[in-house]
Amino acid sequence: MATQTTTLKKETLLDWYHQIVLIRKFEEECRTLYFDQKKITGVYLHLYSGHEAIGVGALAALTEDDHVITAYRDHGIALARGIDPNAIMAEMMGKRTGTSGGKGGSMHLASREHNFWGGYAIVGGHLPLAAGIALKCRYMNEPNVVLSFVGDGATNNGYFHEALNLSAVWKLPVVWLIENNLIGMGTRIEEASGQPELHKRAIAYGMKDGGRIDGQNVIEVYEAVSEAVAYAREHGPVLLEALTYRYDGHGVSDRQFDAREDLKSELNAWMERDPIIILRDILVKKYKNIEPELAKIEQEADRIVAESVKFAEESPVPTYEDLISHVYVK
Amino acid sequence: MATKNVPMREALRAALREEMLRDERVFVMGQEVGKWQGTHRVTRGLLDEFGERRVRDTPISEMAIAGAAVGAAMAGLRPVAELMTINFAFLAFDAIINHAAKIHYMFNGQFTVPLVFRAATGWGNQATATHSHMPEPIFAHFPGLYVGVPSNAYDAKGMLKAAIRDENPVLFTETIALYPKPSPIPEDEDYVIPIGKSDIKRKGDHVTIVTYAHGVDWSLQAAEQLAKEGVECEVIDMRWLRPLDMEPVFESFKKTNRCVVVEESLPMYSFGSEIAAQLQEAAFDYMDAPVKRVSAMDVPLPFAREIELMALPNAEKVVNAVREVL
Repeated sequence: MATQTTTLKKETLLDWYHQIVLIRKFEEECRTLYFDQKKITGVYLHLYSGHEAIGVGALAALTEDDHVITAYRDHGIALARGIDPNAIMAEMMGKRTGTSGGKGGSMHLASREHNFWGGYAIVGGHLPLAAGIALKCRYMNEPNVVLSFVGDGATNNGYFHEALNLSAVWKLPVVWLIENNLIGMGTRIEEASGQPELHKRAIAYGMKDGGRIDGQNVIEVYEAVSEAVAYAREHGPVLLEALTYRYDGHGVSDRQFDAREDLKSELNAWMERDPIIILRDILVKKYKNIEPELAKIEQEADRIVAESVKFAEESPVPTYEDLISHVYVK
Repeated sequence: MATKNVPMREALRAALREEMLRDERVFVMGQEVGKWQGTHRVTRGLLDEFGERRVRDTPISEMAIAGAAVGAAMAGLRPVAELMTINFAFLAFDAIINHAAKIHYMFNGQFTVPLVFRAATGWGNQATATHSHMPEPIFAHFPGLYVGVPSNAYDAKGMLKAAIRDENPVLFTETIALYPKPSPIPEDEDYVIPIGKSDIKRKGDHVTIVTYAHGVDWSLQAAEQLAKEGVECEVIDMRWLRPLDMEPVFESFKKTNRCVVVEESLPMYSFGSEIAAQLQEAAFDYMDAPVKRVSAMDVPLPFAREIELMALPNAEKVVNAVREVL
């Protein structure tokens, strides 16, 4: 797909660069906090490193009134939605100041005020929720759409089939965006899907096929998702697929799998097409002497991440009252 | 106040209709709720009255019915999602338990999930093993969900209205055998039966019978028969498996010192197990006999009528159980 870099403003591109770099640095810090410092505890931590261009590009295509929902690889999407990095880091550490008060953990970030309906830890579990939120938009005659991220692994469970079919039958305003990183936990897409070109599933549901796009290029993602959003607002669901790669395994504790020799060369090849490198190249080619500006953005990202860690560390842990609150609405 | 004898299915329909008139956010969705008029005719006429926006037929997609209801409820609607029969709720178990019941807690109160899952339930129709479950206690296992199990038309109407108005997710099951059974219902009163309130269906001083749904009928029949012999049973209809209104049970037990639990469901890890456990914890000193359970037999239900009925509770089994604790 030819991208229209010329129509995008410099500040937009720099903002995306900031977001992508921030997510990468945030995720790298999370990994350190998990392995080296043991400040992020618990079993699960699914990093967004490698996927950044998808989250940033896709969310740039939405308005604040549109809705976003995703699975458990949710940190980057939460950051791209503009949620306070301090609150996100605090949730990682299970602190009272976290987005979910320390009760959700890394897989259950959410912010009602940002129309970010959450990360969900059951594969595919959020897909019918996306349909339900979109139903509310239709029911109330609101012009908003739901952007639902979908992992490639989720495309083979029943939730995917039932939710996509329902969205087509009811012509719901949902953009189903598959983040295809080629491996569902430890099973490669070719071994898991009879049709590994996942966007083609759209045909089976009678919904618009938004095609397969390069998930490493934020501009391409932005343009494709913008088109899909416009279509969904007007007509109904769209399914599209962005190709990408995960840098840190399924969850960080599964590194032994991604350390496999046969995957090393694949990982290296994808890292040569890293979303940061691609956007940086575009910026450097387009704007003379922009390097100092980019360096400043990188330093700013370092500062934000460091501050979030400090904030989280200094935050209180949840209390007994928190343990027993919100089981029911009183 | 004037009352009218109304079968449970019509009482339920009236509850749905009244709540849909009262609140535009309330809508009905599920398999065959619209054009087919509802598998058990509970939703008959609603499509004509309210149209396709508010009476929504769905594909046979239990996961999506339950999950989309959760999403719609989070976003501000008040879905009443019909899962046709409770047997099919197993397909939606994840959406009901992991999502409906946990989202309010997991996101620290940011979202609420005000919805009702309706499903027909009950055994004894020769529906065979896969279509003969009464697994409400399994759903009641999980905090975050309420479970309503009405025993008659009057209760069913007031309970369903309370469920629809509540801010929490409710699983609401309706015993198929009770659908045609009428009870007197006030003609003009907009009554609601609060969530978590049990009801003493018969007073008595000798034995406490704790039960719900179809078990209430068997227990009342048994109590009637035993009264002729001078044994007075107190029959408590729990109405809700969660919240479980134990105070009246403890009060009654402190008076009778004897308890029989009657449940249409299976005996292992059951309603009966829970009542017995709570009684011995809270009222051990008042116990004059072991708590006796009348449950379905611990087998999958077969097709043949004779052996199917053999496996199920009935009034006679309740009478025998009461005699055992006297």
